[in-house]
Amino acid sequence: MSYWSRIANVFRGRRIMREIDEEMESHILEAMEQGRDPAEARKAFGSMLRWREDSLDIRVAAWLDSLRADVRFGCRQLWKNRTASSAAILSLALAMGACVSAFRLIDAMLLRPLPVADAARLFILTYPYQDVSGKTETGDSFDYPQFRALRAAVRNEAELIAISHPNRHGLTFSSDEETEKFWEQSVSGWMFDSFGLKPALGRLLTAGDDVKPGAHPVAVLSFDYWARRFGRDPKVVGRRFRMDTDVYEIVGVCEEGFTGTDPGIVTDVFVPTMMNAKAIDRSDWQWFRTWARLRAGVAPEPVRQKLRAAVSVYRQERAKTWGSGIPRQWVEEYLKAVVSLEPASAGVSHMQRDYRRSLVVLAVVVALVLLIACTNVANLMTAQAAARARELALRVAIGAGRWRLVQLVMVESVLIAVLASVFGGVFAWWSAPFVVSRINAPDNPAQLILSADWRVLGFAAGLALAVTLLFGAMPALRASAVKPMTTLRGGEDPHSGRRLTNALIAAQAAFCFLVCFVTGQFVATFDRLAHQPTGFVAERLLTLETVTHNNEPSIYWDEVRQHLQAVNGVESVAICGWALMTGNGWSDNIWLNGQPDNKESYFLAVSPGWLETMRIPLIDGRDFREQDAYPGTAIVNEAFARRYSDGQNPVGRTFEKMENDKRARFQVVGYVRDVRYRNMREPILPTVYVPLDARAKGADWATFIVRTRSADPLALASVLRREVPRARPELRVANIRTQTELVEQHTVRERLLAMLSLFFAAVALVLAGVGLYGVLTYSVLRRRREIGIRMALGAPSVAVARRIAAEVFSMLALGAVIGLIAGLASQHYLENLLYQVKGTDPMMLGLPALTIFVGALLAALRPVIHAVRIDPAVTLREE
Amino acid sequence: MPKTDSLQGSLDLLVLKVLSRRPRLHGYAIMTAIAQKSEEVLRVEEGSLYPALHRIEEAGWVRAEWVMKENGRRARIYDLTPAGRKQLAAEESRWQAVTAAINRVLRTA
Repeated sequence: MSYWSRIANVFRGRRIMREIDEEMESHILEAMEQGRDPAEARKAFGSMLRWREDSLDIRVAAWLDSLRADVRFGCRQLWKNRTASSAAILSLALAMGACVSAFRLIDAMLLRPLPVADAARLFILTYPYQDVSGKTETGDSFDYPQFRALRAAVRNEAELIAISHPNRHGLTFSSDEETEKFWEQSVSGWMFDSFGLKPALGRLLTAGDDVKPGAHPVAVLSFDYWARRFGRDPKVVGRRFRMDTDVYEIVGVCEEGFTGTDPGIVTDVFVPTMMNAKAIDRSDWQWFRTWARLRAGVAPEPVRQKLRAAVSVYRQERAKTWGSGIPRQWVEEYLKAVVSLEPASAGVSHMQRDYRRSLVVLAVVVALVLLIACTNVANLMTAQAAARARELALRVAIGAGRWRLVQLVMVESVLIAVLASVFGGVFAWWSAPFVVSRINAPDNPAQLILSADWRVLGFAAGLALAVTLLFGAMPALRASAVKPMTTLRGGEDPHSGRRLTNALIAAQAAFCFLVCFVTGQFVATFDRLAHQPTGFVAERLLTLETVTHNNEPSIYWDEVRQHLQAVNGVESVAICGWALMTGNGWSDNIWLNGQPDNKESYFLAVSPGWLETMRIPLIDGRDFREQDAYPGTAIVNEAFARRYSDGQNPVGRTFEKMENDKRARFQVVGYVRDVRYRNMREPILPTVYVPLDARAKGADWATFIVRTRSADPLALASVLRREVPRARPELRVANIRTQTELVEQHTVRERLLAMLSLFFAAVALVLAGVGLYGVLTYSVLRRRREIGIRMALGAPSVAVARRIAAEVFSMLALGAVIGLIAGLASQHYLENLLYQVKGTDPMMLGLPALTIFVGALLAALRPVIHAVRIDPAVTLREE
Repeated sequence: MPKTDSLQGSLDLLVLKVLSRRPRLHGYAIMTAIAQKSEEVLRVEEGSLYPALHRIEEAGWVRAEWVMKENGRRARIYDLTPAGRKQLAAEESRWQAVTAAINRVLRTA
């Protein structure tokens, strides 16, 4: 308050001083016009400075006095109605805090520009592609040979930068016992220079650090990681750490603020792309995003044209090297794809893609809750102003101006808004990080930079102002329009203002319906996803992602498996390419009768015993044996049987698939139940399990699946991590996760949405209920005389109750219908967030309607009972 | 010449009275009117009129507005409000009562 009034005062004071000076000066001029001597006139006037100060004191102080009086009066009013006021303040605080929180999240994740030079000139390259289930998606992953070609093509217009998707790695500084998890990004050496970033310590990566595959084991730490892990120790430069199988040297720390380009992840370590040595010459490994930084004055369109041409040339060259194994339709799709440049000044991340809609929907939900809260306060203020109608009329009668009345009522609103803003600020300060911590699995929470800067403060201030006007202006203007004659005579029409109240009730019902409708769908989605059978038993399963420097023969891997099998507390161990539900996938086409199928099937390499360890039931046939080889034998699932053998038992049948440009034959030896492969949402695809047998080549990456005896599989994690290299020193465990965590990560967003929307739906219902209760109570109070007369004339209680409730309930019904229409209209936007839930489902529509109806009944019960209990004798004698 | 102090308390009353006779006056005219009517007996430092005017304006007894004069200058002119009229009546009768009482004391003592 003091801040605001001081500013107002300064402006006011200046203007007043100018006016006083002008008035006094005109006095002297007047005197001179009357023929008086200027010197004498000035002398007779006295000290102009002194009179000015006196006047200034009087005028500014008087204004301040009236404001202070209003503030004191407002405080007293708030205190007098402290239950209603605190309810108003708290509900507003909650809603405003939630809005500010939502803004902080949206700003941090989607809007805030990266802290790099000229972020507006940053773009990323994207292209459309079709995923395994045939849906068109936007891809942004590139392979390095293509990147080289594109970079050369637009060298004069833009700098292309490769920045890998952030990887979660284990890293060790000293002994292998203490593995720490951290986020790594492989970046083009020239990224730092191009982004205009400075080192906080040592040096940053340069173009010279990114020349020869595998030859630059250097790393730059982010400032955040340096502060968090090393307490800003300057001696960190020169230290070495081991990541996977390479040893890196830390050469410097990046300046504060830059935490990578993926909002939602704070990158800890940057290494040159060339250190992903195996991937550099592979055109089938897509592992990074291509960023384009346009040179000054270059428009995006010509760059895009050049890139399109370059992509087209590159893809045609590459398609020529493909054998006949790729379906024609695919090749055409591949060649047709066009590259776009998308503005990426705010960074790009999976989290943005996953949460953009969710955040917008949540923001709308909290905005609706805020509107409901504002409506409540508006109703409250209207009622209070009406209760004070006599006092206000008296003020008008003795000469108070209309604006004075507006100020009087507005001051109260401003007080409520200010108090609500303070509490709301505290709530937002706490709640935004809370929500962020609920994104992702607990051991790997999302990290968003949520700074409270001018953007957030500006938003909060604007919100507070809007809220004040929203709920304060209407009652203030209505109150100031009071007619002293009618009011003081005591004959104010009890029906006046009913239209406004009714509109507010309908609006509240509409907002409430919308919030409940959306919530119902989110809760149902989460419920259906969480109860979706995975087809395997995730409990007590531990997954050990294990890497080696070179390809190691499968005998080595099997040796480790047998070694782990003997560890105390282990029930069974199996090996597979990667664990289910990690999001990894291997898809390829099945050939039948010499023809490829356009639709893809999933593949997964597994060792004997994997089915047993995962508890995947065998319908017919057998598990793999040691001597089963790849290619040769296969186990397939029900979806496979449905598509390729008319749902008949496929055991004994054969199919083919391309293997190094030749068709290889597989015989089906086992037939198993369906399981979820990559996530909960996509339809179950035909899946082929093949023997984890690569005797010729060996493997440098695989996952051990361990079923433990104890209920808490993580208790064995550190033991197993030690035992792997003990059995074969070439193998190192990169990452340990429980299978349960892998499954649950796919419902984190749905759980969050369900949880938050449920909370806000409850808040909305309570607020709307309280609002309705207040409105009804107040209207009963105002219509006591009318009700008394009706009852005296013999109206039955039911008729009285109906009179009171009918109008309100018809308003509720109207509001609910409006909410319904809005809800159905928003359906299209929600679709992507839902799973097996349809808004048009009668259940989804009926439930919110029923909830609101029950809530309204509860709210209306007491006022209606109060109305029918009115004793006409008492009421009429009162008047 | 009486001291200005003795006038200070009654300056408000005089201003209100002048304005009740002749509406819409600016400061200089109010001052001239007081000086002329009192036959130059009641003279104050002319500037002291303005804090007094502003005080009774804030009290709501007079209304002020800026008007353009024919010579092109702006002038701030004052006018009595209904509240000011009531105040004048009250002040006037109080003044009469007080001076009458003082006169009685002066005559009989």
